[in-house]
Amino acid sequence: MNKTFQFLSFSDPNVQFVVIGTMILGATAALVGSFSFLRKRALVGDAIAHSILPGVCLSFMVTGSKNPLYLIIGAFITGWLSLILIDAITRTTKLKSDTSIGIILSVFFGIGILLLTSIQHSGNASQAGLDKFLFGKAASLTRDDIYVFGSIAIVLVILVLVFYKEFKLISFNPEYAKVIGLPVKFLEFLLATITVLAVAVGIQAVGVVLMAALLITPASGARFWTNRLGTMILISTLFGAISGFLGSYISYIAPAMPTGPWIVMCLSLLTVGSIWFAPKTGMLSKFRVQRENQRKILIENVLKLFYHLGERQGQFNSERSFEELHDSRDLKVNELEKGLKLLEKQNWIREKESNWVITNSGLTEAKRVIKLHRLWEMYLNQRLKLQPDHVHNDAEAIEHIITPELEKQLEKELDYPEKDPHESIIPYTE
Amino acid sequence: MVSIETHNLTVSYNRRPVLWNIDFEIPSGNIVGIIGPNGSGKTTLLKAIMGLVPTSSGYVKIFDKPLDQVRERISYVPQRESVDWDFPASVMDIVLMGRYRKSNLMKRLTKADKDIAAEALEKVNMLEYSNRQISQLSGGQQQRVFIARSLAQGADLYIMDEPFVGVDAATEEAILNLLSDMKKEGKTVVVVHHDLQTAKDYFDWIVLLNTRMVAAGPKEEIFKEKLLQEAYGGKLNVLSKVGDLMKEKAFNVRERN
Repeated sequence: MNKTFQFLSFSDPNVQFVVIGTMILGATAALVGSFSFLRKRALVGDAIAHSILPGVCLSFMVTGSKNPLYLIIGAFITGWLSLILIDAITRTTKLKSDTSIGIILSVFFGIGILLLTSIQHSGNASQAGLDKFLFGKAASLTRDDIYVFGSIAIVLVILVLVFYKEFKLISFNPEYAKVIGLPVKFLEFLLATITVLAVAVGIQAVGVVLMAALLITPASGARFWTNRLGTMILISTLFGAISGFLGSYISYIAPAMPTGPWIVMCLSLLTVGSIWFAPKTGMLSKFRVQRENQRKILIENVLKLFYHLGERQGQFNSERSFEELHDSRDLKVNELEKGLKLLEKQNWIREKESNWVITNSGLTEAKRVIKLHRLWEMYLNQRLKLQPDHVHNDAEAIEHIITPELEKQLEKELDYPEKDPHESIIPYTE
Repeated sequence: MVSIETHNLTVSYNRRPVLWNIDFEIPSGNIVGIIGPNGSGKTTLLKAIMGLVPTSSGYVKIFDKPLDQVRERISYVPQRESVDWDFPASVMDIVLMGRYRKSNLMKRLTKADKDIAAEALEKVNMLEYSNRQISQLSGGQQQRVFIARSLAQGADLYIMDEPFVGVDAATEEAILNLLSDMKKEGKTVVVVHHDLQTAKDYFDWIVLLNTRMVAAGPKEEIFKEKLLQEAYGGKLNVLSKVGDLMKEKAFNVRERN
């Protein structure tokens, strides 16, 4: 608890650097990554991230310094080179883009590891810490880092804001942009450049290996919450920043925990949470719809039992025992019990000395379902030319979903038939 | 005035020509159908006209000028399936894209742009859907959104790729009404279409295509048994063998490139 307070008070300047740094990195990667996600280039980000390692190493070998600005310049050059090569391979050979991404990613990463190993064995004392680029060094961000990242982040945000509408168009329909004479090549170049920059900056926090997660995961989670591009990018950026914050917090209260991987863990949790809990599009909400459907089907089916028994005996409002109901349709005991309970709650049936009676409103509802069933059988028979013995199962399902508008249309189109294809009477309520 | 002129236009994929020496002129103010069997190069012809695919020989002129000088006078309605309709955008967002141009690069759209987009949506009877997510539209509605986008652009030449494929009767009628309105305003509309049955009713000028141009002209001159037979009777044997050979030997369609 004490540690939480220390963390939140920001009294330790190192905490400030780490928290601000990781939040900036998470947010910029998420902002730029939204466009990679929409352009279906998720794996390109991964390739750039891996290709940046040789750039970092080369830049260190040339300058002998670990100044973040120099390293980012080196990272930027090889990151861009990888993009150009992926594009060239896809364009000039038979290989498809997934293959060329795979080739470039592994070749560049291989060279990077090669250079890194040779630097480590060179005896140069200042090289210590260069290997942090593999898994990130978020916990040791410094004031200088923050200045460099902050400036780059501001440039990226301004570029995205200024070219927002053009980026939207080239993500949705680049051919159209070309036809109306927009400088698509330039815009694509710009978007690629800011992606490389965001990756070059982001690997400082989470490292080469986990960078793709920082780029793509926030956008994929955000997509579940909205259908608006602007809102999606905002949520995605927020996810990135929140994860940066949480990652630093966790590694602060538990010093054995690495910051970068925890940032990615938090991001993944946010995304998995979105997949499950987002309204309408989330899995839970889909399950709920399914459950509602099953409930509606059960209620209406049990209600139909009362109608069918009444129709057979010419007496709708007699009392029915559980056994009588159970014998007349293939329903499990617990299903029937549940259905009766739900019907009673709706006041469509009432209990009378451990028997059941259908109410007036229940009878109206039952007639509606029966009518829809028989109308649909009629429709299948007349319009789809199905034989009377082929229409029942279809109608069993469709009766539960037809809306009042469709109901009217059906009645009109079939001209209020009196009987269904099995010669049963179609009950109209008014 | 001539709206589109192609001169000896040849387009190749992997060096095999998919269009051989296409040569025609389309006078302005017509509804033009580009007709031909599957794989006859109709879409490729459209893309070559708009500079979306590289040409191996010949040239295209639009309103007597090179394409790049008149781009803003051309509007394009791509095939519906060519984009991902799951993209997070509303109907209005898409139609507003018709107002994007070089001159408002980096700038926000204005109220006037929004009014023009709304008017375009009304013309295709989709104004009440302007806040609808594009993923919730039917095929016909998607097509109408694309057409509204191109109307919002306010062009003189409209190029549409298979706008009648997979649309409902209401959409078909809306598109046909629009076409005749556009003709009245003196606009030229070029439509790729694969259905010979309806082509006769829809268009007044026809380009008949089957990797080479079979005929081009007013529809009365084109809808002749002999010409249709020629276009739909299969590919020219020697021509396609030469094409295959060029691909195999990596040979260019011109001696010098």
